[in-house]
Amino acid sequence: MHISPVLWQFLVKWLNASALFPREASTIAPYTDALYFFLLLITVVGLIVVGTLIFGFALRYRKERHPVAVPIEGSTLLEATWTIIPLALFLIVFVWGALLYFRIYTPPVNSMNIYVVGKQWMWKAEHPGGQHEINALHVPTGRPIQLTMISQDVFHSFSIPDFRVKREVIPGRYSTVWFQATTPGTYHIFCTQYCGTNHSAMIGEVTVLSPDDYEKWTRESTSGMSLAQNGERLFASMGCNACHSGAATARGPNLAGVYGSRLKLTSGSEVLVNEAYLRDAILNPSQHITAGYAPIMPTYQGQISEDGLIDLVEYIKGLQTNYRVQQTLTTSESNQAAPTTPGAVKP
Amino acid sequence: MDNTIVATHHDTAAEDHHAALPQHRHHFETPEQQREAGTFGMWLFLLTEIMFFGGLFFAYLLYRNWYHDAFVVASNQLSIPLGATNTAVLIGSGFFMALGVWAAEVRKKGLLVLFLILTTLLGLVFLGVKYFEYKEKWEKHHIPGEHFDISEFVNPPINPKTGRPTEQPLPPDVAQKTQVFFSLYFAMTGMHALHMIIGIGLLIWLIRRSQRGDFSAGYVAPIENFGLYWHFVDIVWLFLFPLLYLINRHPGS
Amino acid sequence: MSATNSTILNLPDQKTATLPKRNYINAEDGLLSWLFTGDHKRIGMLYLISITFFFFIGGAFAGLIRLELLTPQPDLVASDTYNKLFSMHGIIMVFLFLVPSVPATIGNFLIPIMIGAKDLAFPKINLLSWYLYWIGGLFTLTAMVLGGVDTGWTFTTPLSTHYLNTHVVTAGLGVFIIGFSSIFTGLNFIVTIHRMRAPGMTWFRMPLFVWSNYAASILMVLGTPVLAITLVLVVLERTIGIGVFDPTKGGDPLLFQHLFWFYSHPAVYIMILPGMGVISEVISTFSRKRVFGYTAVAFSSVAIALFGFFVWAHHMFIMGVSNYSALVFSLLTMLVAVPSAIKTFNWAFTLQKGSITFETPMLYAFGFLGLFTIGGMTGVFLGALGMDIHLTETYFIVAHFHFVMVGGMLMAFLAGVHFWWPKMTGRMYPESLSKLAAVTTFIGFNLTFLPQFILGYLGMPRRYHSYPPEFQVLNVLSTAGATVLGVGYMLPLLYLAWSLKYGEIAGNNPWQATGLEWQIQSPPLTENFIEVPIMDHEAYDYEWLAHKTEQEVTTVG
Repeated sequence: MHISPVLWQFLVKWLNASALFPREASTIAPYTDALYFFLLLITVVGLIVVGTLIFGFALRYRKERHPVAVPIEGSTLLEATWTIIPLALFLIVFVWGALLYFRIYTPPVNSMNIYVVGKQWMWKAEHPGGQHEINALHVPTGRPIQLTMISQDVFHSFSIPDFRVKREVIPGRYSTVWFQATTPGTYHIFCTQYCGTNHSAMIGEVTVLSPDDYEKWTRESTSGMSLAQNGERLFASMGCNACHSGAATARGPNLAGVYGSRLKLTSGSEVLVNEAYLRDAILNPSQHITAGYAPIMPTYQGQISEDGLIDLVEYIKGLQTNYRVQQTLTTSESNQAAPTTPGAVKP
Repeated sequence: MDNTIVATHHDTAAEDHHAALPQHRHHFETPEQQREAGTFGMWLFLLTEIMFFGGLFFAYLLYRNWYHDAFVVASNQLSIPLGATNTAVLIGSGFFMALGVWAAEVRKKGLLVLFLILTTLLGLVFLGVKYFEYKEKWEKHHIPGEHFDISEFVNPPINPKTGRPTEQPLPPDVAQKTQVFFSLYFAMTGMHALHMIIGIGLLIWLIRRSQRGDFSAGYVAPIENFGLYWHFVDIVWLFLFPLLYLINRHPGS
Repeated sequence: MSATNSTILNLPDQKTATLPKRNYINAEDGLLSWLFTGDHKRIGMLYLISITFFFFIGGAFAGLIRLELLTPQPDLVASDTYNKLFSMHGIIMVFLFLVPSVPATIGNFLIPIMIGAKDLAFPKINLLSWYLYWIGGLFTLTAMVLGGVDTGWTFTTPLSTHYLNTHVVTAGLGVFIIGFSSIFTGLNFIVTIHRMRAPGMTWFRMPLFVWSNYAASILMVLGTPVLAITLVLVVLERTIGIGVFDPTKGGDPLLFQHLFWFYSHPAVYIMILPGMGVISEVISTFSRKRVFGYTAVAFSSVAIALFGFFVWAHHMFIMGVSNYSALVFSLLTMLVAVPSAIKTFNWAFTLQKGSITFETPMLYAFGFLGLFTIGGMTGVFLGALGMDIHLTETYFIVAHFHFVMVGGMLMAFLAGVHFWWPKMTGRMYPESLSKLAAVTTFIGFNLTFLPQFILGYLGMPRRYHSYPPEFQVLNVLSTAGATVLGVGYMLPLLYLAWSLKYGEIAGNNPWQATGLEWQIQSPPLTENFIEVPIMDHEAYDYEWLAHKTEQEVTTVG
């Protein structure tokens, strides 16, 4: 920023104190606000220019003062001027906006991932350590946080205005957004995509804690298993371990260490194994068969909820060895059903 | 784009035209202007129809790209003989329509009526075949919705002659995607059939008016413009047939 | 009464003036002669009454919305009711008011006259278009009366297909039918403008109003069918389960978004372009000179129409379109903003060296210029990718589109109604009262919608029934403004109706304007012209007008 940080802080805090401006509570917020102020500036300048021209001409050439109009055809120079200058300004805005967009939607590699599942009409946040929150999100300052989000039903949109981030939460695929909170406090979460009756009630609170307080909170709110642990349980109870045992003769590919790798499929194409891929491979396996394996994996569409999928994805993400997988082959009880979404449409 | 039609009230040729065509609408200066406006209007309307079907074609492009295997297998469920017959029927219908336009232009009333009737008959044959095809889909539970049945795609029947399945079996999750194909099949052919039904309704009206001699005395615009519409419906089918029926077909399959 | 120093209004002597004995209004008597007419002028007036009716219904819903939003709690109506209110408000205002507003009323009335024709190319299709408007409107009213629809005017799937049990199909079919009304109007205009211009009326001699409506007609004709097929697919999915948007069946709900916005973005240009045409006419007349840069303004209209087809995904920047496609759409959005800027400056410079008066249409035009500039610039905010992330789906969007649609388009519509009221009815409206209404509207509008920009940046989401208490002050301001705005809109309804009986007789050319419509009687004859006019001068040729007036004065006994 090229204006004095003191002036900047004064401006923002004063505006915020007058309930006219949101707080800047993330690392990206000042960047968004900078673009906003630039846009405001050119709008006000543009308005002044247009207003001056109109009022100026209207007064100077009003009928009492200028009874006879002088026909003027036009002026190519003027046309060029007011084509090029607005175009140049808009292109500056375009580049600036594009840079900001890529920044907001490209999470840093070391982000801490939190899953968010939206459904009518509430938000469920799932921390890797197994902490589950409803309409709330606890995060530490000073660390980039990535939200991996999906909807269980219709389009929603997850918005934290004070962080200046927002992303649509879509049924059927993950969407992500990231932020790094700067100031402890509580901030609004809104659902901003109209989703039915209680759309306006689908709100929550982000609680930003200092790193120490966050540690404390994670310890106090662990309710049992982490997501990965739950995923391990599902992996066994749904029978995944039968084919994905990691043995050399296994019918399914070895999943240890597969996350983050580039996988070659039977179709010849190569894919990066990320959360979206893993989720899709569980639901639509036939389109994601690893090269060298037969297309025999059954689909789990309709048999597992988004929460269950998140647990499995977290588990596979962290899977480094198949030791425990092979152990569970002999000890798992397969009468434990996977959690399903109530009222899920069965194909 | 200059409109150079000069209209004055002293042009006796224009007055002759006035007398010759009772259908001359008086907000037009000359019959030529009326005719040109009518044709232009019909072409413009057909452009809107292209945009209308365009949405469906775009959806088709997308899903065929995503679910190619499912589309191939689902497309094999459609009967090529029936589809090809329908294509020939529609081309024939279009041929008779074109003859009808010629008959109107050379003022042969009897031929005009005959050709319009033949156009209509072939159009009805098309719809009859389509009804038969739809009925078959209903019986096989291939209409998308609650009763859609993918079992035939997961376990294709065995061909008694070769002992092998008639079709490559699909995994269940891929087989589910055949519903998308059938959704598009019914939406696209259904919309096409709706346009044919409207066309046949118009044809019946045109036949009756032709019998009265309305279109064999120099005023041919409705026949011509309807011809444009009918040919358009024909062309839409010419795209639908290969896209829906002929995905990845091989000779002898 | 001759023109005084501060107005160009030139009315005939009211003691002796009468309406022309024969005109399109008294040409035939009886309700049926109106309901089965082919006369473009009568159809224009029928549309005017129709859209006014729906405007006030949509406005009533807006009033209820603003009343509810006085308090943070959801205490006036139930949530489902609130959702129905904003849905119906949007559907009515977009499809039953804004889209037909200028084209179907003023456009229908004037375009044939402006180009020297006796009627539009297809009078029966024009009438059909009005019938379809009403059939679609009745479907929509039925949906309302039966309990309402709460999909939002955007019918987003899978909410609309699988998660609502309201009258989505009825409303969807209603909009589908209204779409065809729009398509037929546009088709009629295009053929008329291409084929029925009078001798000498070249493209570049046409009034800019015709150019704007031509550009809007292209959009109507090419864009609306895509909306039609999209609604058909939604109805099919909802009724018989043919699902191309259903993710559980392999469909993609994002496909709906693409198809929907492919029409609905050009739709906003359908809505604004005819209004821009009105502004060109009004500013020219009340400055007594040709619009500055006629060619630039004409080409800008067409450029807006063309570019308008390529920016639809700027409504979807946060919905998971790829970053790279987002880049392309953002760039194109910046490009589409430029022709609007060009027009604004051309209008401003039309004032230079003119002779300006401030009658009501000109006041509305000035209001348009200011408010459309703000609305258009806030569009640039939204077209900037990173900025859109924070602003989209908030009240910033609501403020933006109300600025362009209401501050822009509705003001332009009112400018046009006032400007051509004497031509359409033969009578003048009361000038002082109308000026009061214009100023009231302007004040009310700003008070209603400026706070909403602030609310949007603060993060208040749109379509919210209840909100956090810190947003209340701004909401109260907004509701207060809405009350003033409502008064501003009621006034024209009352005094325009009054003027039909008691307004001053206008005569042929009360504004002393150029344009073929001002050279014929007010109200016009059914056939518009007694003789086909031959166009031998440029548009906005005030010298020609002065010469002609001189001739009339010197040749009359």
